[in-house]
Amino acid sequence: MSTHESDSTAAGAAAFQPETRTGRIADYVDQRVGGTNMVREFGRKIFPDHWTFMFGEVALYSFVILIISGIFLTFWFDPSMATVEYEGKYAPMNGMEMSAAYASALDISFDVRGGLFMRQIHHWAALVFVMAMSVHMLRVFFTGAFRKPRELNWVVGCALLILGLGAGFTGYSLPDEVLSGNGLRIIDGIMKALPVVGTYLSFFLFGGEFPGEAVIPRLYVLHILIIPGLILALVVVHLFMVVLHKHTQYPGPGRTERNVVGYPVGPVYAAKAGGFFFIVFGILALIAGTFQINALWNYGPYDPSPVQAGAQPDWYIGPFEGVLRMMPGWIGDIPLEFVIPTPWGGNTVATPVLVPLIPIAVLFAGMFLWPWIEAWISGDKRDHHILDRPRNAPARTAFGTATVTFYCILWGMGANDLIATHFHLSLNDITYWSRVLIFVGPVIAFILTKRICLALQRKDRDTVLHGHEAGVIEMKPHGEFTERHRRPNDYELYTLVAFESPEPSGPVPNAKGKVTRTEKLRARLNRWFYEDRVAPVSRREYLEALEHDHHDGHEDGGLEAREQQQIGSGHH
Amino acid sequence: MKALSQKRRHPFAGVALLLLGLLVTGGLYAAATTINEAQASSETQEYSASDIDEGEKLFAANCASCHGINAEGTDDAPSLIGVGAASVDFQVGTGRMPMQMQGPQAQRKPAQFNDEQTQQLAAYVASLGAGPSVPGEEHLDAEEGDATRGGELFRINCAMCHNAAAAGGALTEGKFAPSLHGVEEKHIYEAMLIGPQNMPVFNDANIPPEDKQDIIAFLKTYESQGTPGGFALGSLGPVSEGLFVWSGGLALLIGAMVWLTSRSS
Repeated sequence: MSTHESDSTAAGAAAFQPETRTGRIADYVDQRVGGTNMVREFGRKIFPDHWTFMFGEVALYSFVILIISGIFLTFWFDPSMATVEYEGKYAPMNGMEMSAAYASALDISFDVRGGLFMRQIHHWAALVFVMAMSVHMLRVFFTGAFRKPRELNWVVGCALLILGLGAGFTGYSLPDEVLSGNGLRIIDGIMKALPVVGTYLSFFLFGGEFPGEAVIPRLYVLHILIIPGLILALVVVHLFMVVLHKHTQYPGPGRTERNVVGYPVGPVYAAKAGGFFFIVFGILALIAGTFQINALWNYGPYDPSPVQAGAQPDWYIGPFEGVLRMMPGWIGDIPLEFVIPTPWGGNTVATPVLVPLIPIAVLFAGMFLWPWIEAWISGDKRDHHILDRPRNAPARTAFGTATVTFYCILWGMGANDLIATHFHLSLNDITYWSRVLIFVGPVIAFILTKRICLALQRKDRDTVLHGHEAGVIEMKPHGEFTERHRRPNDYELYTLVAFESPEPSGPVPNAKGKVTRTEKLRARLNRWFYEDRVAPVSRREYLEALEHDHHDGHEDGGLEAREQQQIGSGHH
Repeated sequence: MKALSQKRRHPFAGVALLLLGLLVTGGLYAAATTINEAQASSETQEYSASDIDEGEKLFAANCASCHGINAEGTDDAPSLIGVGAASVDFQVGTGRMPMQMQGPQAQRKPAQFNDEQTQQLAAYVASLGAGPSVPGEEHLDAEEGDATRGGELFRINCAMCHNAAAAGGALTEGKFAPSLHGVEEKHIYEAMLIGPQNMPVFNDANIPPEDKQDIIAFLKTYESQGTPGGFALGSLGPVSEGLFVWSGGLALLIGAMVWLTSRSS
């Protein structure tokens, strides 16, 4: 930050002669680094101000905290599966044989000064990191920020999310206690379920039969070098593209597809962002200092035989766990697992493990491809820099909510045992119901959300045409009761009317004049997307509504008149 | 000896050997179990005849409606003949019996009977047939046990249902393994001995009394050490941590975001 300031003071013509010593040093550096140009380019970038735009920042800051706390942990963590005898301060483990990895994780928790806090802040930051990425992604989805020209940045974001899951999972597996070993055992099981190549893949990862002695050092390299390196590289690409595309903005007066209304990076945003980093740091430190996370001393050294109650992955792997818990192994008396007879004795097809991979694969593929899917359905090839209010894109919002519902059912099923104990329900019933709900739930969510969006749009129309209910009831001389209405101000009015509401477009013939099958499908999806619509209030309708007010003789009302004046002058 | 070596090729030699083997194992097992039972029933003598009489009255007034007037069991409840004093001491002592209502599992609640009444009930039930008796003080002292070994035994035998932090867990059809925090040493021991509700029996051949003591030592050490990292969020593992970060954590962050982007007016 300080370099920015000195750079900007040094910015000027080549003939500029600094007066102070600091100024001369800054000028010396600037002439060789070219900081002035960088500040001129980036420091003047305008960012619009809205709280929902800050989730990406939270992800970035928690990533920085992850790196800092992670470096601290690497000084003491020993990623080795060699057997050692624990001799640290944790009494209930004293003298136990365990891997060096687990022993050093216990040492970090109990013998390294500040180690437990650093471990906890690292773990909490990881949960916040993936959460912030997810919420950021939902914000981008529901406001339509992924549309042209930002499709590729959406893909970079998706890749970052997946890398985040990878970073989290590899980290979760490192301490080599029973819980993390259970997680690896599931990965081993999934790999072995893959036909033909499964066993080879598993032996390749674990360097032999599970658990072996190779997996922790390998995961360690992935966790501290390769995945963070990739994340860092993609974060740079992600931010570069944000600068290149410029930030999107919510609709409002004076905001167009060709401008960005907001504050420049320097000094306002630089200060705000710097401050926000410390706020995120503070919140994480507060949580890490007061709430225990991953009490790995409870689980004991990894042993492939026990699985403990409440063994779950961190939240972001929850849906994967849930889909496995949900999948039946038998339907009635028919086993879903079968053996293909082969000359070498038969290959087992573990359908109960393979089938759950399908929804996960569809979820991820759909996530990556959505910008193109939606552009194909809508046929909209224009650039979009103004965001949609979610209600003004009812079908997309409904589709998003349906997907979130699908995800959340899987997620909840990852914790079905705890739902059972804490809500006094039968574990079996929850699981049976979830198998129905996973198909029905998203449909209900779609219909409900779409109806809610359309209802909100109608309410917006109503607000524009008739104003807000003022809560003042008047009695006319002839006894009629009416409620006063307050006209929305210019800002609100703009937001309520300035949106597009595309009508369904029929199939378009191609160059040869033929309507292809794909085009017919597109047109059908397009109709499904846009057939239910509430058109924004047109200028004519609005003027007619104002005319109507005058006819009713509302203009003499004090409240009304004041509001009218505000619309006229448009000042606030 | 020659006759024996000739007869070993007899067509029935295999059958005879099998029979002999079965006889020996069966006999040994019978002997071993009688010894166990004898040990178990050895302490019933400490109950006086008046205890048994009083217990019978209490039983008739509070338990017989489900367990039958002679504790022979009904459609609603099992027979109590041979369950032993330890069963009564556990079920009544932890308030599980008398049950509040029929359900997947008897719930823990404040005990309905005092220690003396519980002992009288135990005396009565113990008099009906031999069963595990209330453990003596010698194996209940947590100070004497080895917490490290107990921890290992706990993680291997108990944690799959009771959770690694003894916070409890779900079983099928609404049944559950309860949390073990704050459970008396005697009741922990008895639970292993009798296998109440859906819990398997861990008898003295499976987990010897010294090992049971180690497990108690581990649970008590664990309880007394507190949670080194702060609030434990129920010690339920990643689910409660995830729930916390999505509720409390997210709320704090959003609060900061709204504050930062709010305009001074």
